[in-house]
Amino acid sequence: MKLTLRVWRQRNADADGAMSTYEVDGISSDMSFLEMLDTLNEELILRGEDPVAFDHDCREGICGACSLVINGDAHGPERTTTCQLHMRSFKDGDTIDIEPWRASAFPVIKDLVVDRSAFDRIIQAGGYVTAPTGAAPEAHATAVPKADADFAFEHAECIGCGACVAACPNGAAMLFTSAKVNHLNVLPQGAPERETRVLDMVAQMDEEGFGGCTLTGECATACPKGIPLMSITSMNREWLRATRKAGKR
Amino acid sequence: MTDYVNYSTGAPVTDVKAPDGPINERWDKRRFEAKLVNPANRRKHTVIVVGTGLAGGSAGATLAEQGYHVVQFCYQDSPRRAHSIAAQGGINAAKNYRNDGDSVHRLFYDTVKGGDFRARESNVHRLAQISVEIIDQCVAQGVPFAREYGGLLDTRSFGGVQVSRTFYARGQTGQQLLLGAYQALSRQIAAGNVDMHPRTEMLDLIVIDGRARGIVARDLITGRVDTYFADAVVLASGGYGNVFYLSTNAMNSNATAVWRAHRRGAYFANPCFTQIHPTCIPRTGDHQSKLTLMSESLRNDGRIWVPKAKGDTRPADRIPEDERDYYLERIYPSFGNLVPRDIASRAAKNVCDEGRGVGPGGQGVYLDFADAVKRMGRKAVEAKYGNLFDMYQRITDEDPYEVPMRIYPAVHYTMGGLWVDYDLQTTVPGLFAIGEANFSDHGANRLGASALMQGLADGYFVLPATINDYLARNPHQEAVTAGHPVVQEVLTETEDRLNLLLSVDGDRTPDSFHRELGELMWEFCGMARTDAGLRKALERIPQIREEFWRRIKVPGTGEEFNQSLEKANRVVDYLELAELMCLDALHRAESCGGHFREESQTPDGEAARRDDEFAYAAAWEFTGTGDAPVLHKEDLVFEYVHPTQRSYA
Repeated sequence: MKLTLRVWRQRNADADGAMSTYEVDGISSDMSFLEMLDTLNEELILRGEDPVAFDHDCREGICGACSLVINGDAHGPERTTTCQLHMRSFKDGDTIDIEPWRASAFPVIKDLVVDRSAFDRIIQAGGYVTAPTGAAPEAHATAVPKADADFAFEHAECIGCGACVAACPNGAAMLFTSAKVNHLNVLPQGAPERETRVLDMVAQMDEEGFGGCTLTGECATACPKGIPLMSITSMNREWLRATRKAGKR
Repeated sequence: MTDYVNYSTGAPVTDVKAPDGPINERWDKRRFEAKLVNPANRRKHTVIVVGTGLAGGSAGATLAEQGYHVVQFCYQDSPRRAHSIAAQGGINAAKNYRNDGDSVHRLFYDTVKGGDFRARESNVHRLAQISVEIIDQCVAQGVPFAREYGGLLDTRSFGGVQVSRTFYARGQTGQQLLLGAYQALSRQIAAGNVDMHPRTEMLDLIVIDGRARGIVARDLITGRVDTYFADAVVLASGGYGNVFYLSTNAMNSNATAVWRAHRRGAYFANPCFTQIHPTCIPRTGDHQSKLTLMSESLRNDGRIWVPKAKGDTRPADRIPEDERDYYLERIYPSFGNLVPRDIASRAAKNVCDEGRGVGPGGQGVYLDFADAVKRMGRKAVEAKYGNLFDMYQRITDEDPYEVPMRIYPAVHYTMGGLWVDYDLQTTVPGLFAIGEANFSDHGANRLGASALMQGLADGYFVLPATINDYLARNPHQEAVTAGHPVVQEVLTETEDRLNLLLSVDGDRTPDSFHRELGELMWEFCGMARTDAGLRKALERIPQIREEFWRRIKVPGTGEEFNQSLEKANRVVDYLELAELMCLDALHRAESCGGHFREESQTPDGEAARRDDEFAYAAAWEFTGTGDAPVLHKEDLVFEYVHPTQRSYA
């Protein structure tokens, strides 16, 4: 098929950006969206033009590197990562808009590549269990009810892509932060740091300049891993509990 | 023929750190004999770690916990995205929670046998011992492994074994283990014990007075090429499967760190030992940029078959039961669909070569879940494999609950890598290699769910114990400065290489060369190799290399974010590594594990090892681009697992 692409081009963080238009032809419906962009880039290189920069790595939907807003939707029209989106979701003659994640906490590095290091700093603030190597008790010493283990897993699935932030009208990072808080706080191993974890991670999230949450729900709709909106409610409960407990001390 | 094939044989390489005595006491013995660094002195030592996958992430976190100052690098935008994250199936551990006869010794035995007797016994035994600690460590970190209703950990079976020792987190075990290591690393970053450099790629190694003292790395955002210094350097940069262009590796996984270390003196061992994974989604066309794996765990419940008749183009559901050939169950009745990967891959190739393959081009076999759905119900199948089925459907637009999956082998893992001793130190003092980057534990074929085990064993437990010995014995190394002539030389070489890539201004893209090389390697150094084919590839590679430097086109400059430049620079190294892989495959005139030489097979088509001639690890020494390397042999001694013709029948 033949497509018209309107792509955000921005030379670097300090430069102004704008949408540029490109035509691509001979696109097969079996191609992934990123393979379609590969095709465009091969042509641009041979024409002596700068290829479109975009983040990608595993192309299996798990590393969380790819991050395109396609026709206004984070990761495009299907509920998946950009790398798992295939051209069969589009028709011959379509015009497709391709933009980077847009959020003040995710500044653009070049074209479609943004800086998501704020997510790393949120994890560094408390998204772990303090368990130095070698100090671990026998794995079966603590049984974990299957329902709790499943709840933890469901939240641990987050790939840190940032689609939740890109989709949110406020640019909030509540879904990302709550996914890690819920994963660890429900497990017995995470219990000793339960309060500090949620307080510190939320504080860091605010410091990074993410917006406030108004429970719009766009985040959960865009999430390629299906982290539920209820995750935010659970985190709010954890935060309230931790705040009250801190007040009593 | 080029002179490259006229390699010479140098002195044997010996593992001077390997302890002797009873095998189950060797690791304790080595740890006791290793010197320690006083906790107060550790902060005076800087250790560079390249890579943040399971091996690098766990090593960085653990070394920092011990008190060392760690400087760590990854090319990704975050350490959480290293390609270990894509491992699906699980991690082995000899816990014997199932009471099914498992033990450390059995895991050791299975791994040596699975590797077709080309791994070191001492290393493999240590790996099996440590496996149980890994599970404890990961559970303590909050890794959400699958659990039973009683709250205890669940396990499943994997290829090449008859016990259930694989721990898993649905089809995302690698992700969960990696996030555990990443979180431990994050804690140390926050504590100021690790200087983390994301989006920074190692481009060369700095060796001063015979010791590894630092690296040259490029900031991928600004393009700035800089030098970093340390008392020891740890490479955890993964495997080199992307030499083949199409593989299950991440797009940016590359061989530059290990290859540049090799050029600086580290021997490269068994480069031809590559693993072709039997269950990947077949390619659909020339646009294909990578291949996607379907976890080996699927072979627990899926049945592999092709039509009995050649050229049978009927849809799967129109082929009656008695006209199907469940060839793995037929040829290998005791292991059935769970034979090791090398055997399953070759069997798939054979039936496709016979003209019985399915799907476009006949390059595929069925992996059928109809029986599993009948036996367990769709719900149970969904709970076990749901995410894999979804992924398959997204890529192929076919519903595996309704029609059988189509699969075909693809390059997945490299058993070869930098030669290391028992301490995981390379032939360059102070340079260590861990995880897939080294060659040590899997011999000629890796068993499923053992890569995660090895990466974490190396990073959490082995390296942190052995690196002390090196640092304790070299406590007062002179500080290196940017003005040192060697540093200047390495830095200039790197900058010159990048500038040359930018200045050729030819008419071919980095990808076009990478693809051409990959196709050549797949044809001649892939699933089946011959003397004539390998010689053809060895003739062709220098020609591609020559053409590359004449026709490569890299737009833009070096002082900016430039993904074409990154790619082109990686292809430079693939074009050299590929040559060594072919030479290694040519010299090893036997079949073993994933290395199948058509000239060396048993009457029924299985790999025929030639232990009298080839029971050694081949460690190659670099002598110059395109120049014949020097072969150093490390003889392999088997005291506990007696080499036999592997049988899974």
